[in-house]
Amino acid sequence: MSLLEMRSVHRTHGHGAAAVHALAGVDLTVEPGELVAVMGPSGSGKSTLLNIAGGLDRPTSGEVSVEGKRLGDLSRSALAALRRRHVGYVFQDLNLVPSLTAAENVALPLELDGVGLRRARRAAMAALAEVDLEALAGRFPDDMSGGQQQRVAIARALIGRRRLVLADEPTGALDSVTGEAVLRLLRGRVDAGAAGLIVTHEARHAGWADRVVFLRDGVVVDASGPLSTPDDLLITRG
Amino acid sequence: MSVKYGLLALLERGPMYGYQLRVAFEASTGGAWPLNIGQVYTTLNRLERDAFVSPLPEQDGGQRSYEITAAGRAELATWFATPVERTDRPRDELAIKIALAITTPGVDVRAVLQAQRTATIRTLQEYTRLKARADQPDDLPWRLSLEAMLFHAEAETRWLDHCETALVRHAPSVTPTPDASTTPVMPKPDGSTTPVAGTESGDHKTDQKADRKASADHKRGVGSP
Repeated sequence: MSLLEMRSVHRTHGHGAAAVHALAGVDLTVEPGELVAVMGPSGSGKSTLLNIAGGLDRPTSGEVSVEGKRLGDLSRSALAALRRRHVGYVFQDLNLVPSLTAAENVALPLELDGVGLRRARRAAMAALAEVDLEALAGRFPDDMSGGQQQRVAIARALIGRRRLVLADEPTGALDSVTGEAVLRLLRGRVDAGAAGLIVTHEARHAGWADRVVFLRDGVVVDASGPLSTPDDLLITRG
Repeated sequence: MSVKYGLLALLERGPMYGYQLRVAFEASTGGAWPLNIGQVYTTLNRLERDAFVSPLPEQDGGQRSYEITAAGRAELATWFATPVERTDRPRDELAIKIALAITTPGVDVRAVLQAQRTATIRTLQEYTRLKARADQPDDLPWRLSLEAMLFHAEAETRWLDHCETALVRHAPSVTPTPDASTTPVMPKPDGSTTPVAGTESGDHKTDQKADRKASADHKRGVGSP
């Protein structure tokens, strides 16, 4: 089962002559173990796509399913619960709560979902260990580097049963080496069974994806399909 | 670059015979540049002729090792000390292709750019995947040469984006066909075109006509080997 499935998704802002078609019929699926990058010029609909995929925005028409559940069929509160349980976000500006420690930030989605404090903290520590930040669990975001904060954001995005991670320019202002470490980490989590959809304007980061989808004016204009294996590559490049 | 300097650099580590040189050469480029043993021996013969290497007595197994000479060491040092000139590199087929696409009637330049972008991004994905596997300390030389290719591919996609932005601002995306009877050079029903393979553009497949037409705009293309 695809973790994310989008069928004929349209999103129009405004009406009549002033209508802007942010998305004009997008089909997209993301499977477990797959990292898909979305590229395209400014205004091509990348962020709208990501917001709709995560249930932060609703399509004007078309269908979106996460973990097999059609988002259009869900009530507002059921949608919020699905987002908390199944969808993780990594934003450019991190959105870590400055007054909470790294562990508290990571545990937050579980606590909001009614998971007991102790269990939530245990899960947070495990998630932090996976991004190699166990030792900094008690630090506040302001006392961490940009790269460390982004790793906290990734730990939070994939805590508990969350298997779909949506990332909007996740390397933001990070330097190229730190940015690469973030991508490597995301790649590792996806290889371990998560599904990732990442919006980026950096070709270098799209390079980590299994598939790259190009958007222009709200439609998918092209996609780089499945990769050849490295071994094929070594032979063909001879 | 020729195999010559590669072999000299390897012999600087110590004497080696042909097969060892071949294995060491391929290991240092991560297998990206396979050599056949014939190339190794031809190059060794030339290096010996130029007194950059000298043969050692044959070993029991019948292999003859070579060692680098003082002249060879000087030649190698000069090579390391000399920057690679951009004009020494093959002409850029992609730049020529885009320049021609803009001025050739009936070509959908955006489709040409997108076809190239997809191909270049795929190359980036493939290099990235190789890089992800090259995480041992010994992999550093290989990782750095992969990264050189990655930076090159990344620069190419940025340049393609730049071309597209420039097109939007300064020209219609499809070059108008002056005469309705003119057959479009590249019809675009499915947007499929043939992108330049890989990012190491400039393999000498460019046809001579195209070269001549664009050479005025691409001075560095002139006089490449």
